[in-house]
Amino acid sequence: MKNRSLVSITDFTKEEYLRILELAQHFERNPIQKILEGYVVATLFFEPSTRTRLSFESAVNRLGGKVIGFSDASVSSTSKGESLADTIRTVSNYSDLIVMRHPIEGSARWASEVASVPIINAGDGANQHPTQCLLDLYTILQTQGTLDNLHVAFVGDLKYGRTVHSNVIALTHFNTTFHLVSPEELKLPSSVKMHIKEKQLEYYQYTDIQEVINKVDILYMTRIQRERFSDPMEYERVKNSYILTNSMLAGAKNNLRILHPLPRVNEIAYDVDANPKAYYFQQALNGVYVRQALIASILGLV
Amino acid sequence: MSNEGRKELIVSAIENGTVIDHIPTHAVLQVMRILNLEQSPHQVLFGVNLESKKYGRKGIIKVRDKFFDSIEINKIALVAPTATLIEIRDFEVVSKKNVEIPDTVEGFVKCFNPRCITNHEEVPTRFMVVDKENLKLLCHYCEKITKKENIVFL
Repeated sequence: MKNRSLVSITDFTKEEYLRILELAQHFERNPIQKILEGYVVATLFFEPSTRTRLSFESAVNRLGGKVIGFSDASVSSTSKGESLADTIRTVSNYSDLIVMRHPIEGSARWASEVASVPIINAGDGANQHPTQCLLDLYTILQTQGTLDNLHVAFVGDLKYGRTVHSNVIALTHFNTTFHLVSPEELKLPSSVKMHIKEKQLEYYQYTDIQEVINKVDILYMTRIQRERFSDPMEYERVKNSYILTNSMLAGAKNNLRILHPLPRVNEIAYDVDANPKAYYFQQALNGVYVRQALIASILGLV
Repeated sequence: MSNEGRKELIVSAIENGTVIDHIPTHAVLQVMRILNLEQSPHQVLFGVNLESKKYGRKGIIKVRDKFFDSIEINKIALVAPTATLIEIRDFEVVSKKNVEIPDTVEGFVKCFNPRCITNHEEVPTRFMVVDKENLKLLCHYCEKITKKENIVFL
């Protein structure tokens, strides 16, 4: 993986992902290692993202590297009208690796083509967010002891949620059975279902979350956003149907874990947090280990 | 003069060059644009609503002293999949072939996604043709599909 960019979940092979997850376990055991001393990682956040940026910066700092960058496009020369390509070429001169989030789709691929250093895509609009997917895989592995043959439910906005798309595509490598729960308007796009069908895996679609809770190993919750609905009445009708409360978990399997990419709004009630099946905050912590593993691999340090 | 005779005259009255035949009649101007024939120094003649035994009506373009390379030819396939390329030297037909939809399309189709980087910065567009039958183009950058009915040429 040395010197390669990670833009899209399809850029790396299954074996390469497994290698990253294995390395992440190593960093989970020894999170503080000064292997990045003398290295500079640029974090260019053209749109704000607290969690992702802090998790990358924490990963670099714990490895002894230095971080440069910005967390808001208004402080960069983009606000003076500089093109993305020029910004990337310039920052390539100052850093060994660029982590970038940008609101425009395809910006990360383009950046990887003009940069002289590797690019890690930390989200390009509604397109891809591969490190979120990696940390989700890591969390599934950590909680279930395996990635193979699991029943995984995705709940909420399956149409626009980029993490759902990447996760579904990645999980097709592991003989997953998919349980897809969403309002009619927000069903998983056929371009993503195509990946499930290609591998001849099973998938089931539901509109009622209660139907899946007792039969799955992972319940992956996502936020439903008002602006995704063409009909505001429809939003009002469904908005409370995809809220998970503690009492709904009474008959769930023991090994069930609830994941969420965060931030949550109201789709997981606060009374779920104390349930040992709630795992979303540990999931966020895993982001640091997975990003340490990824950065160390791309810089060729492990 | 019979219709057949007139068609004969249109097609063969060229000493050297290329005839693009069997173009869907509505696509003639698009083909001209894709091949940048409006800027061409060569003599260009075209016809629309000509009679065709195979298709009812068709369009035709003749370009004198010009032979297209395969990239140019395959561009035509996106708007005129039925087109035939006829190369003529010394009034003789030296080759005749059908156009083929290419595997990749670079630089001349606009990405349908308004949020795509290619619509925001000077980035040459690039697509993988993922469905040749229904013509679906997967953007190399934003990974969204531009369908046949949404194709706009740059």
